[in-house]
Amino acid sequence: MKALVCVKRVIDYNVKIRVKMDKSGVETDNVKMSMNPFDEIAVEEAVKMKESGIINEIIILSIGADTSQETIRTGLAMGGDRGILIKTDGQDLDPLNIGKIIKVVSEKENPDLIILGKQAIDDDCNQTGQILATLLNCHQATFASKVEVNSDKSINVTREVDGGLETIKVSLPCVITTDLRLNEPRYASLPNIMKAKQKKIETLDVNDLSIKLDKRVQTIEVNDPPSRKPGVMVNDVDSLIEKLRNEAKVI
Amino acid sequence: MKTLIIVEHNNDSVKPSTYSTITAASKISDKIDALMIGYNNDSAIDELKKSDHLNKIFNINKKGLENPIAENFSNHILDFLKNNDYSHILSPSSTFGKNLSPKIATELDVQQISDIISIIDSDTFERPIYAGNAIAKVKSLDKIKVLTVRPTCFEPCGLSSNVEVETVMFDNTEVSSVSYVGLDESKSDRPELTSAKVIISGGRGMQNGDNFKLLEGIADKLGAAMGASRAAVDAGFVPNDWQVGQTGKIVAPDLYVAVGISGATQHIAGIKDSKFIASINKDEEAPIFNFSDYGLVADLFEILPELEKKL
Ligand SMILES: Cc1cc2nc3c(=O)[nH]c(=O)nc-3n(C[C@H](O)[C@H](O)[C@H](O)COP(=O)(O)OP(=O)(O)OC[C@H]3O[C@@H](n4cnc5c(N)ncnc54)[C@H](O)[C@@H]3O)c2cc1C
Repeated sequence: MKALVCVKRVIDYNVKIRVKMDKSGVETDNVKMSMNPFDEIAVEEAVKMKESGIINEIIILSIGADTSQETIRTGLAMGGDRGILIKTDGQDLDPLNIGKIIKVVSEKENPDLIILGKQAIDDDCNQTGQILATLLNCHQATFASKVEVNSDKSINVTREVDGGLETIKVSLPCVITTDLRLNEPRYASLPNIMKAKQKKIETLDVNDLSIKLDKRVQTIEVNDPPSRKPGVMVNDVDSLIEKLRNEAKVI
Repeated sequence: MKTLIIVEHNNDSVKPSTYSTITAASKISDKIDALMIGYNNDSAIDELKKSDHLNKIFNINKKGLENPIAENFSNHILDFLKNNDYSHILSPSSTFGKNLSPKIATELDVQQISDIISIIDSDTFERPIYAGNAIAKVKSLDKIKVLTVRPTCFEPCGLSSNVEVETVMFDNTEVSSVSYVGLDESKSDRPELTSAKVIISGGRGMQNGDNFKLLEGIADKLGAAMGASRAAVDAGFVPNDWQVGQTGKIVAPDLYVAVGISGATQHIAGIKDSKFIASINKDEEAPIFNFSDYGLVADLFEILPELEKKL
């Protein structure tokens, strides 16, 4: 079986976000970038499946500027076999466009499994996997916390839903999006990082894919969130209870 | 302009997220219909009928639709839309809506706008990005707007109406081959996190699952829901669906009590809209205090029993 894993380069989750003065977006200059944490979980899941013999090839796909090569290399160092970069000029593409691009790659590569993070921690959209499954007309299993491949090649996926854990059975090919509890991504070892440098990354220009990429959502401005008014420290349980009861009136 | 609400329910009852979504819709236009898809859903329909603002409820009640399999719901919604025109299609931004709504948008070839927190006008909305560390004001250029709505940002609608219900049949619409194996439901007598008035949450500082008992007694006294940080869930102290934050549940109670939680930006993202935040942490430098109305520097193991006793 073949897996396609999609990875996005985003501002590292530890970085303090600063909104640009001109309100056009957030500051990205001299800011640490990393693979979206949910995509690390996606790569890890594919690598684990390869280690247990379920999958024999893992393709790491990213869509972005040249710098996204680094993100693909991270995936290759974790255990991916080869990479594909769909090169853009770095413009923000709506998730629907991203879905259409992945679809083109997927139709060429014919993976059995496509694994993506459930959301990117920059735009927090939580859409791409669902869009892709719809475009490919295949099953989707989102927010996965457990993936089990059955002997008949169907897959049981346990999903983190609001009311608990839901399990569905889907057939291949399918799209899986990862949630936090699926696994704990490994750190690439130094030898594997070195080895990853030899692995092949194919680069295609997004303009050569003959997809009409039109912008459907326009960002008018980006603002700081409203701040909470400063609070006070209390010294003991009695004053905490007193404040909650008489000042906040919430208990 | 006409809006369609996709109803979240479990056939027995309507999820509160739906009522908040109705309120959001009422800020766009006053022509609002709701579509319920399910099976043996009479009691959920009886509940929904009371919703204010609704013009009409359409009900697809069919065997095979008892569980919210996204493929099935999406097929039926698309067939329904063939004979019914809407300018806006709204779902709650719960795991139900997040799973389903992008499929509807994609079938219509429009770009969904996720998790809106305010409505500027019929095509301009605000939504949080970067774990709520920035707010984007975005305008949809699509003809049909497909939106998911953050329920905590809109009060639930009133329930004093008696809305007309029309049953619609889609006997020929495909039911997909995804099979529903089951739901391991977290059962609890406590209020639901996303609609609770008071929440008490524990973090890694709780050290283990057993120690969450220290919070239970307090939750009982306050009629509170219980939540947790990601660290507490990852460590297996409490179930997954207790996770509050950017990638868990977004909550907005009158009072949120954070115990042994440091206040990482991903956790804060889920609690920022709480009216009051109180926190207990032994580290006076803990970032949670910057977001708290009331902070208490103390060892939780000493303080919690005292708090329970004095409440
Ligand atoms: C992609 C991604 C998504 C994430 N999503 C979420 C999310 O949705 N929700 C979320 O919560 N996190 C999320 N996180 C994780 C987040 O970054 C933090 O790691 C997490 O919130 C920390 O949990 P904590 O505060 O319980 O643990 P810690 O940061 O370890 O804090 C424990 C706190 O307990 C205090 N403490 C310890 N012992 C005691 C005691 N005896 N008495 C009093 N205080 C004590 C300590 O002083 C400390 O402040 C996410 C991270 C990533 C990368």
